Parts: sequence; structure tokens; C-alpha cells
Amino acid sequence: MAYDVNGTTIEHDEEGYITTLSEWTKELAEVISKAEDVDMGEEHWAVVNFLRDYYEEYQIAPAVRVLIKSIKKSMGPEVGNNKYMYELFPYGPAKQACKIAGLPKPTGCV
Amino acid sequence: MSIVKKFLYVNRKAPYGTIYAQEALEVVLIGAAFDQDVSMAFLDDGVFQLTKGQDTKEAGLKNFSPTFRALGDYEVTKLYVEQESLDERGLTLDDLQDIQWEDEDDDYAEKPSIIVVSRAGMADVMADQDVILSF
Repeated sequence: MAYDVNGTTIEHDEEGYITTLSEWTKELAEVISKAEDVDMGEEHWAVVNFLRDYYEEYQIAPAVRVLIKSIKKSMGPEVGNNKYMYELFPYGPAKQACKIAGLPKPTGCV
Repeated sequence: MSIVKKFLYVNRKAPYGTIYAQEALEVVLIGAAFDQDVSMAFLDDGVFQLTKGQDTKEAGLKNFSPTFRALGDYEVTKLYVEQESLDERGLTLDDLQDIQWEDEDDDYAEKPSIIVVSRAGMADVMADQDVILSF
């Protein structure tokens, strides 16, 4: 199973998470988001970028609770709340946004 | 109403070579979702898990030591380290990562997570727990 980014194939697992994290690009994020039916706006990118920074610093994808708390702190309560985050990523702000961000499934998600 | 229990995860093994340390950390992160009072203890070779400047490139393993610095986000804010275990290995607090947590009730003040305790003090910490899980 693989995504196709302008002719380049990027392998992913049965749930759509890419297998080689270093293969992530913004173009790939666009491809994954289309497959997920998410229309990437500024706030989607902000969450994706936040997740990538978090992974870079701590080597884990944060649990959804931690993600929302951290977004609330960095972007304010209008964005960092459950309802709005689920509007951005209907299949789960951590799960779905991590997939688009090219990260592993968050620790503790089933 | 739910009852909050005190959980202590005891780490006695070096970070690499066996999977115990990494698995223990994973269990802590998962367990932290259940709103319990979670702390960790580091004894024997387990104190090496917290050392700074870990480099696993040559070993071909993932360096998971930065993840300890994320524990504060998961409300795991007490990392007890046994003084005697440090001494026996020629380590001091300066050899360990600077791990902090943000106290939301104190204007996000950053506070140290590592608490160095004597062997006797560690026994008291353990006696105070409801559940102890050893790795």
C-alpha cells in the first residue's frame, strides 16, 4: 500500500500511516489529507506543524489530551478546544493529524 | 466519583540492551490517560535511563530519552532517583537530563521533575503507593 506523490510512491501501513518517517513532505501531506477528506487550511497546517515539532523534540506523537492542551496554550482556547479540533480533524485530532503529519499513531491510541 | 490511586513505575534496568525501559515509558504514557497519581522511580542501572547526551546511532536503536521531557505534559511530575544508585555508578544529578514540568496553577512556572532520594527515602516512597509496577 502506498501514496503517490507526483509519481513517487510512499509506502504506508494498513491504516494509512507512512512507514518511513523521513519520506514526509508537504506535498505528501496534501495527498494524505485528500485521502482523508480533510481540506487543509491554515489552522490544519498549524496543528500538523505543531505535531511535527513535538515529535522532533520528544520523539513521540502526543496523546489527544496533551495535543489539545498544548494547542490551547500556543494558539488560544478558540482553537485549542475539543469541539473545534474535532471540526478540523473529524476522525480524531491526534490520530488523523498525525497521519497527515507523517508521524506514527499516537501512543495510547487504539 | 472515582478513586485516585497512587501508581509507581519502578525502573531498574539500563535504557538499551533490553526493551524494559522503553516499554515501561510507553506504559506510563498510556496509563497517564486514566487520571491517576503516577510517578516513576529509578534505581540500580535504571538511573542511566535519565542521563543526558545519549547517542544510539551506532547501536541502530531509537534514542527515546527525549520522551522523558514530555512526561510533564502527561502530568507525570515526580521522577524519584535513588542517590546510592547514582553514587555507585559515579553519577551525579548533573549527569541527568534537566526534566521539568509546567505548573498550570502557578502561572506555568517550570519546576524540576527529578527528585533525588536516599535508599531509605525510596523505601518510604514505595510504602506510600497503592500500586507498584516493576520493570
